[in-house]
Amino acid sequence: MAVPVTTAAEERADEIIRAERVRKSYGRTEVLRGIDLAVSAGEVVCVIGPSGSGKSTFLRCVNHLERLDGGRLYVNGELIGYRQRRGKIYEQSPRDVCRKRADIGMVFQHFELFPHMTVLQNLVLAPLIVRRRAKAEATARAEELLDKVGLADKIDSYPGQLSGGQQQRVAIARALCMRPRLMLFDEPTSALDPELVGEVLNVMRELASSGLTMVVVTHEMQFAREVADRVVFMDHGKVVEESAPHEFFAAPKTERAKAFLERLAD
Amino acid sequence: MNAEPPEPLRTPATATIPRDPTGPPAGEGQDIKAVPLRHPLRWLAALVIVVLIAMAVHLLVTNPNWQWDVVGQYLFSSPVVDGVKRTLLLTVLAEIVGIVFGVVLAIMRLSPNPVLSWTSRVYTWTLRGIPPLVLLLFIYFLSALLPTLSLGIPFGPSFVEASTNKLITQQVAAVAGLGLAQAAYVSEIVRGGILSIPPGQTRAALAMGMKPRQVMWRIVLPQAMRVVVPPLGNEVISMFKATSLTSVIAYSELLTTVQVIYARTFEQIPMLVVACLWYGVLTTVATIVQSLIERRLGRSLKTPKGDR
Repeated sequence: MAVPVTTAAEERADEIIRAERVRKSYGRTEVLRGIDLAVSAGEVVCVIGPSGSGKSTFLRCVNHLERLDGGRLYVNGELIGYRQRRGKIYEQSPRDVCRKRADIGMVFQHFELFPHMTVLQNLVLAPLIVRRRAKAEATARAEELLDKVGLADKIDSYPGQLSGGQQQRVAIARALCMRPRLMLFDEPTSALDPELVGEVLNVMRELASSGLTMVVVTHEMQFAREVADRVVFMDHGKVVEESAPHEFFAAPKTERAKAFLERLAD
Repeated sequence: MNAEPPEPLRTPATATIPRDPTGPPAGEGQDIKAVPLRHPLRWLAALVIVVLIAMAVHLLVTNPNWQWDVVGQYLFSSPVVDGVKRTLLLTVLAEIVGIVFGVVLAIMRLSPNPVLSWTSRVYTWTLRGIPPLVLLLFIYFLSALLPTLSLGIPFGPSFVEASTNKLITQQVAAVAGLGLAQAAYVSEIVRGGILSIPPGQTRAALAMGMKPRQVMWRIVLPQAMRVVVPPLGNEVISMFKATSLTSVIAYSELLTTVQVIYARTFEQIPMLVVACLWYGVLTTVATIVQSLIERRLGRSLKTPKGDR
């Protein structure tokens, strides 16, 4: 379990994310207090923990929607948001940050589909204007993915006409249209009615088995238990415990994880 | 701390509602046959309004000083129609200037670049502080301040020069004066619209790799438009009437035209009625156009639960 902290991350090609002592504060509140975490290609990592523990903030640091204040964060072997040259760190231009973000898909708690566009327009927008794909190619890919999430018939609907579960499946398809190497899920089922959670988790389960690298912040313990290769437990801005799901849920090693799981069981 | 369990706050839900044995049975779900509620105040309000309308009609019809025949005679006369055309033209041009600059100013104001943001702030502060009438006069009399205008290197040689008087005609001064003042107001409206879009939308667009400019033009502004159109429609309608300010620089729009006529004929009341009728027509057209635009922008909001 011990994670080597100092080796040059660029050499480890199978590592998709490598966080070293990542720190982040809002004003005087320290949200992340030294996160160390590595995610390998094809791995599905579920991040759990009490609210306010910094899970979502860490996820947003991974695609540089939030800038970190300290530590290093490598994604696909490169520093995110910064450039390292001759021992110095340079801030990266927005253009370069955008290029890196395009390879990282993200799914949000509140879906964040663009309400003024149809489902198809939502799906092809980024492939057209970020990847500069041909329209026919982008449309074909969008149709294929909508079919995969079971919403082929909703292609011309507006997001406002769909249920929460359908919107979240569209949002997942939208992220996949960019052919990301890594998918981040920020509590994807927390805003859903209970009876709609299952359809979204099913899609995610399928993605996990297809070998996509996924980091999932979730409160769905059953999902974490079944699908995760590794469970990461965070509390107060730190990774408190990480282990295989069957170990974690059967016998958590730390008191804090134990207390958290007991509270959930009530 | 009191360790005793708290008293139950509600009576248990076992209490039953007593039923009136003489009332009709509720069982079979027939239609309710109830005596409708009386609304005496509605009748009183109707009476008052009807009397007021009758008085207004009486005033319009019986008072000969309205000179309705004169109104009819001038309503479609060619100087008046020309005035209407110029009012319309001036409104459209000034509003184009106002909206284009206004959107740019709003984006500048929200830009992370402090120079742009402060430039926009100062512009809005200044232009909202100057009465539009003064601004119009100032631009029209610019030649008193700068006799020639030139295009060239600042503080260096100039390539093109022109006399300010020739460049700034009444038309140019009118469009510039009204448009530049309008831009300050439009920028605040657009800024409000942009800020009304939840930040999650921007985050989602950025996360897909879109550049900040693409996010603004494709995601934020199109959604902000829906919020911005009603107050902007308001602005366009006020602009129809604000154009009458240009009578101070003798731009012959609708009001100036009728003023010129009644200065000659002394038929003030009928000529002002002519102007009001035309302003009313323009306002009506603008209102219809606005609701068409709103309907188009609201297309995506149709939900299974009905329109918002």
